[in-house]
Amino acid sequence: MNFETIIGLEVHVELKTESKIFSPSPNAFGDEPNSNVNPIDLGYPGVLPVLNEEAVNYAMRAAMALNCEIATDTKFDRKNYFYPDNPKAYQISQFDQPIGENGWIDIEVNGETKRIGITHLHLEEDAGKLTHGDDGYSLVDYNRQGTPLVEIVSEPDIRTPEEAYAYLEKLRNIIQFTGVSDVKMQEGSLRCDANISLRPYGQDEFGVKTELKNLNSFNFVQKGLEFEQVRQEKVLRQGGEILQETRRYDEKTKETILMRVKEGSDDYRYFPEPDLVKLHIDEDWKEKVRQSIPELPDSRRTRYVNELGLDEYDAGVLTNTKEMSDFFEATIDQGADAKQATNWLMGDISAYMNKQQIELQDLPITPEALAKMVKLIEEGTLSSKLAKKVVTELVKNGGDPETIVKEKGLVQISDEGQLRGIITEILDENEQSIVDYKNGKDRALGFLVGQVMKKTKGQANPPMVNKILVEEIDKR
Amino acid sequence: MSVLDLSIKELQEKLNNKDITVTEIVQAAYDRIKETDDDIQAFVTLNEEEALSQAKALDEKGIDENQFPLFGMPIGIKDNIVTKGLRTTCSSQILSNLDDPLYDATVMQKLNSAKALNIGKLNMDEFAMGSSTENSSMKVTRNPWNTDFVPGGSSGGSAAAVAAGQVPFALGSDTGGSVRQPASYCGVVGMKPTYGRISRFGLVAFASSLDQIGPLTRTVEDNARILEVIAGQDEMDSTSANVDVPKYRDALTGDVKGLKIAVPKEYFGEGVDEEVQTSVRQALKVLEEQGAEWDEVSLPHSKYAVAAYYMIASSEASANLARFDGVRYGKRAENTEDMMDMFKKSRSEGFGEEVKRRIMLGTFALSSGYYDAYYKKAQQVRTLIKQDFDQIFEEYDVVLGPTAPTTAFKIGDQIDDPLTMYANDIMTIPVNLAGVPGISVPCGFHSENNLPIGLQIIGKHFDESTVYRVAHAYEQATDHHKQKPQLGGAK
Amino acid sequence: MSKISKDQVKHVANLARLSITEQEAEKYSEQLSAIIDFSELLNELDTSNVEPTTHVLEMKNIVRKDEPKEWISKEDALKNAPDQKDGQFRVPSILDS
Repeated sequence: MNFETIIGLEVHVELKTESKIFSPSPNAFGDEPNSNVNPIDLGYPGVLPVLNEEAVNYAMRAAMALNCEIATDTKFDRKNYFYPDNPKAYQISQFDQPIGENGWIDIEVNGETKRIGITHLHLEEDAGKLTHGDDGYSLVDYNRQGTPLVEIVSEPDIRTPEEAYAYLEKLRNIIQFTGVSDVKMQEGSLRCDANISLRPYGQDEFGVKTELKNLNSFNFVQKGLEFEQVRQEKVLRQGGEILQETRRYDEKTKETILMRVKEGSDDYRYFPEPDLVKLHIDEDWKEKVRQSIPELPDSRRTRYVNELGLDEYDAGVLTNTKEMSDFFEATIDQGADAKQATNWLMGDISAYMNKQQIELQDLPITPEALAKMVKLIEEGTLSSKLAKKVVTELVKNGGDPETIVKEKGLVQISDEGQLRGIITEILDENEQSIVDYKNGKDRALGFLVGQVMKKTKGQANPPMVNKILVEEIDKR
Repeated sequence: MSVLDLSIKELQEKLNNKDITVTEIVQAAYDRIKETDDDIQAFVTLNEEEALSQAKALDEKGIDENQFPLFGMPIGIKDNIVTKGLRTTCSSQILSNLDDPLYDATVMQKLNSAKALNIGKLNMDEFAMGSSTENSSMKVTRNPWNTDFVPGGSSGGSAAAVAAGQVPFALGSDTGGSVRQPASYCGVVGMKPTYGRISRFGLVAFASSLDQIGPLTRTVEDNARILEVIAGQDEMDSTSANVDVPKYRDALTGDVKGLKIAVPKEYFGEGVDEEVQTSVRQALKVLEEQGAEWDEVSLPHSKYAVAAYYMIASSEASANLARFDGVRYGKRAENTEDMMDMFKKSRSEGFGEEVKRRIMLGTFALSSGYYDAYYKKAQQVRTLIKQDFDQIFEEYDVVLGPTAPTTAFKIGDQIDDPLTMYANDIMTIPVNLAGVPGISVPCGFHSENNLPIGLQIIGKHFDESTVYRVAHAYEQATDHHKQKPQLGGAK
Repeated sequence: MSKISKDQVKHVANLARLSITEQEAEKYSEQLSAIIDFSELLNELDTSNVEPTTHVLEMKNIVRKDEPKEWISKEDALKNAPDQKDGQFRVPSILDS
């Protein structure tokens, strides 16, 4: 008997609004514990939630980008459970009227495109952060409490851990382009739980699923699912039974480890949140949000290939992040050649980002500067070789390429008279090389070019140097 | 005659004429509390030092009535309304150490802006769950008309303090009758405004879809003056309504000519004391003599209100009271083994019997497999009860009946029987379920026990003006509100 | 006959994080059953075509602008904490079971 793997993913994405979803506390990551909280976040007696309009807009934007139908009438519900990081002992969430439903995204695995359904996307509040100590106590920081969160639930359409990885990459890519979240797993602004079950091929009903939690990277999602797939198959082949349980992936042992067995479904006692009123999202509102969605990566990629003549790979890399894609487009808007801009972005600039572990938006270089530099090369003012020095300066300290070229003396010497003078001097000092050259040793010419470059600190225009050298040697 | 027997208008005239100072008014309140509260047990926490220092500051400033509508007026606050820097307990052990709840309820901000002075926090049934104030974990408040009797509840401390002349005005809260029923039992005026009329921000939630703050006063006019100050939409409460707040005093014309009164036969049924019925019918006659018309009508779903109410209120309460878990504030049990043990012990030690019973009921009603049968069913019945009122109000201006089926009962008489206790609320609960405004005004005394009887007047959504107009016309034609208890025995 | 058994009472108490003794379970079983019995009255009414009322007022779309506001200090946030350490609220850990 062969088994088919069924995977469904639940992804939580924090929305980067200025303030929290139900309280006016700042929504920020990495501040001192309990510094971004107020009585509402702390669940003080008597406080009430008031909905942040932008959180709804952001959730709609994400839902639209994931091709969801947007609810016209929706509401919030209370999900009841006790935990120290859940200050009201209920989470304000959406139970049966999510903002978005019936969406999909296309993923590509092994050169084939596959459509993965999205069951729904709903809006809720994030919980605080509980840190377990080893002294029998845990500590709670409520800064994260009330951060707007969307939960994106996929259909059980995913069949391999590799597809799961591709789905997550694609989802992150799309959400990142909508601008509603940083989608950084290391900061927790994107989190993923995975459900996996096996069934014999040809069987309609699903097998018993296990849930994987604490998956800290896309890689671990894939690894955890791979391990779980093997484990479940082994259990089934031995005639065993899969239990409905929650497991976590251990990064050290590379195994999934049992956290708890679920007894029935959790009883969250959902009921409509009486402290908030219903939401009616009319066509105007939907349209306004739709207009605010920037062009998404798939569309940009196609355009780069078809209209700008980039190859598929380059177009893919450029649309990997919105920052890169936006930077690229701004650069060509300034008149730079698309291929040149691509080469610099994917070459020296990306190399520097990788080496320094720094994001494009945190570099001082601007699209205007890059465009100007590309123009200087095209005009012959700057050689490609010296341009590398300019770009290094731009990513390190920023500034105007023209000024840098002048200040650092990087202007290409293309003045024929000036070059001829320098070459005459070099030839006078290297008579042996002239002899060698005339005797057929081509290498001698290379040596002479090198001498010219050395004397001009690399600023001489190489084609002209070659041409004048040959002319002057011929004269001797 | 004590300065505390004066109305807001009279007090302000005296302040204007410099016949009296704010400090004297406030001091009179504390003197009266010291003199009577051993008997009445209305206050849980006093704000003496702060109130006297604020009074002194106001005296130095001089009065500007137009700018500060409650300048120097002493007011008592039910202990489920959050007061910054002043202990707020809801009469529960679990909050008994909440000495500073960090912020002021919106009504407190409004009272502070109006320059009213908070005298202290008033006793109540724990988390407003009860009809007698016997469910307080702090103390048992007594009815000023006869201290063997309960003051009603849950705003029993507020009603008793006003009736005993400790403070001329108080705030209470009303989820199923908790302002009107104690007002009725204590012979004072108690208003539950339309749901959404007053911000609930800072009112510790019992049942969010039913709770409303309301003023308790000795006269209708004072009541209207206070509502003018505390009503209005609030950006901190999404369920507060964007409806203009009229000057309610303008409605107190004494004119009820042509007014159409509906008298539901269900409010005069079995279990409603004969003499209570008679008093209310006499009140009806008084209004009729002034030109009002009345018909007997039916609110056919009234008998379902109590059952629906207990499902809805307990369900919402089970979630609202879940936050009291010993993590961020309030009492935490000692010597606990782990997190679960800490939650359970803190909550079991911190909550009283009635609160636990309702949390249990609400948790059950919302739990998997029962939601539709109990919670959703109750919400559907709520719709029918609301429709009863909608229909009546198409033809009538107000609905009139008793506030409670009986006068106050003896302390200890009903506490062990939840269902009998719940029956006290059969005439007040439908008003909360429909979200309409209702007031209780004194309409006589029972011949057997000399305890006050209350008349309830119910109006349309946001039509507190008409409710006040009728209540005021009746009040001015009678002298029940002028009666005062002789503390220590019957009147 | 109790509508709500002692076992159900215990399950509900656990959901509500209340610890109860056998005796209390007995008492709650009786009292809650009585209240549930009483509420059976509602089943006299056919509500199959009745919308449930969550809000008595037909209000919609009450939202606020996305503007952060400072309110309380970090010290105030921890002012009433029963237990705290390093600027955080301290609670007993969950036991692995």
